[in-house]
Amino acid sequence: MEAYFDNAATTRVLDSVKDIMVKTMCEDYANPAAKHGMGMAAEQYIRRSRAEIAKTLGVADKEILFTSGGSESNNMALFGAAFANKRAGRHIIATNIEHPSVFRVLSCLEEAGFTVTFLPVDNEGHISLEGLKEAVREDTILVSVMYVNNEVGAVEPVEEISRTVKAKNQKALFHVDAIQAYGKYAIRPKRQGIDLMSVSGHKIHGPKGVGFLYIRDGVKVKPLIYGGGQQGGMRSGTENVPGVAGLGVAAREMYDNHEEKIRHLTGLKDYLIDCLAQMDGVVVHSKKGTDGAPQIVSASFSGVRSEVLLHALEDKGIYVSSGSACSSHHPGASGTLKGIGVPAKLLDSTIRFSFGLFNKKEEVDYCVSVLEGLLPVLRKYRAR
Amino acid sequence: MEFQSFLIKYAEIGTKGKNRYLFEDALVHQIKNALKKVEGTFLASKESGRIYVQAMGPYDYGQVMEALQRVFGIAWICPMLQVEDKDFGRLKETVVDYVDQVYPDKHFTFKVESRRADKEYPIHSEQMNRDLGERILEAFPDTKVDVHKPDVLLKVEVRKVVNIYSRMVPGPGGMPVGTNGKAMLLLSGGIDSPVAGYMVAKRGVKVDAVYFHAPPYTSGRAKQKVVDLARLVARYSGPIPLHVVNFTDIQLLIYDKCPHEELTIIMRRYMMRIAEEIARKNDGLALITGESIGQVASQTVKSLAATNEVCMMPVFRPLIGFDKQEIVDISQKIGTFETSIQPFEDCCTIFVAKHPVIKPNLERIRKSEKNLEGKIEEMVREAVDTAEMIWCD
Repeated sequence: MEAYFDNAATTRVLDSVKDIMVKTMCEDYANPAAKHGMGMAAEQYIRRSRAEIAKTLGVADKEILFTSGGSESNNMALFGAAFANKRAGRHIIATNIEHPSVFRVLSCLEEAGFTVTFLPVDNEGHISLEGLKEAVREDTILVSVMYVNNEVGAVEPVEEISRTVKAKNQKALFHVDAIQAYGKYAIRPKRQGIDLMSVSGHKIHGPKGVGFLYIRDGVKVKPLIYGGGQQGGMRSGTENVPGVAGLGVAAREMYDNHEEKIRHLTGLKDYLIDCLAQMDGVVVHSKKGTDGAPQIVSASFSGVRSEVLLHALEDKGIYVSSGSACSSHHPGASGTLKGIGVPAKLLDSTIRFSFGLFNKKEEVDYCVSVLEGLLPVLRKYRAR
Repeated sequence: MEFQSFLIKYAEIGTKGKNRYLFEDALVHQIKNALKKVEGTFLASKESGRIYVQAMGPYDYGQVMEALQRVFGIAWICPMLQVEDKDFGRLKETVVDYVDQVYPDKHFTFKVESRRADKEYPIHSEQMNRDLGERILEAFPDTKVDVHKPDVLLKVEVRKVVNIYSRMVPGPGGMPVGTNGKAMLLLSGGIDSPVAGYMVAKRGVKVDAVYFHAPPYTSGRAKQKVVDLARLVARYSGPIPLHVVNFTDIQLLIYDKCPHEELTIIMRRYMMRIAEEIARKNDGLALITGESIGQVASQTVKSLAATNEVCMMPVFRPLIGFDKQEIVDISQKIGTFETSIQPFEDCCTIFVAKHPVIKPNLERIRKSEKNLEGKIEEMVREAVDTAEMIWCD
């Protein structure tokens, strides 16, 4: 049996996504900016995709900007908003459990003369609204928060955060990194007070190399990429038609029959958490039910090195991550796990299981039985 | 100036006696192999005791130099102007033209060294030196002659054609690969072992390699890293067959049956035994390791003696007297450093004790190994028989 439990790293595309992508590559392959009919046919895919996505969020089509993925969306939101609004102030607020595509941008902005306040999180991964209120200043131009944490699945109270920020500084923009949240929650940027929101295609059974940034109408953002003036000059470069078309289909499918899909994911999550809780020497960092994201289970296995466990599971056809796959290549322990107060000796023993639409309950059963067999052996053979 | 030919000078081969031609032929063969990977057509040939490389059409000078600088046995590479016209009057102008193009700044001292291999050529070499020198001084008044320590030593050789050269680019030295048997390198993925392989290959030895893989304790990426390293060394040594041994079961058995602080030494003794066995099956005559005295616990003199004891074959340890920094310097020079420092765990470190023995007692080690008897023999045989061979070129 095989079990791919690494859906927070990336997902398999849906067949309908694959089909439309093949069609745009082999039939309707013209440049969407071309004046001829073939160009117009290609452009239709972009229009349709934009409309489908806007519908899932209850926003206007023109508020959706296609990018090359989550990292570009985060980069564009932060650089773009900071540089376009620097006259209003140079203070930015974020949390200390952000993804590197937020952290590293903020470091660059600090070098460029901006000041950044990083808010700590409690051991559930939540920031304190009181602390946030104190941190907001008159010259705060931007607040950036991760909706769902990629490593443990902690969910931030986005709406309350926005309300807290705006109550103190009406002009401060609110950016949400929704890369692990889009497709899992019914997000309503207008109602939740979100000004900018980053989304990636390949986390929702769409293709890699495509994503979007929601930019509320009226929010000033400076482009990152200049050139032929595509997408209203906000993001030059011939549009990635196959990617954009695939993303549109993935978004539509994700939100079609949405509640049932989320029930499925949450069911898998809760089941795995229950099973893990019964094992010796296992500490689960993720919350059951709606207290945590539906797709992520993070757990530490005492006395086992996560990388060894990962490869031992891989040998049985089970694919997981140690920490967060995006940063697993870099030595040094995970920021989020430290941030939520996971003890040092467990940091290097933590595995992330993350579910997608293709996963089944039997796969969880299989994974649990494999773990039960592996753990005693791995605990026996270790550096003393 | 666009050079179409290169004169290849070798150092040590020149001291060989009757078998000298074997070394020269091997060098020509290796040069041909190296140039196969460069775009363009090249002729490499041996002619009256010298080796020439000729470009037959357009090529990239930098790529050719880079390729030749990796061929062991080459002491110097001299980019050369070759002219067929031997008329001395016109030759003088050609030499002036050569100097003009190769040295844009004319403030230098020089000496002309002519050689008349074609004894029918009407002008003696002494006369050639004087006349050519005079003509250069006349054309470039800023130049000066210095017969003792010239900045530029201009060589003009009259053979079937006339060779004009003055630049000498250093080659890697050593002996052509294939002139001195074959040895088995224990390649770990660290900084030292690729350098050790490079150094032994430099003496003309063909290199095979063996890597000990211990899944799930070592990852597929650690193995990929070793393949990458073997490929980098292969740029110098020629293709390396890499034998990947699955070592997990043996490691776990040692873990179960032997004192923990002796684990590394015993493990290394089994690595040597397995490497030797694979070497023997592949006509290898020696083992190569990257060990250096005192670098880690398993490389104290006593530990080295303990691991050495299990082999019949000679074990080459070319880095034995090197400091770490000296090894790092070579690995940077040969381009393996960046790959070596990628952070993947190798099987030597996964079960390492906090305080391993640094002065292993051979009697005790042998006694500990007795605990493995009955099982280990079959496991070693299986490890040897099931080793996967990856061709690294």
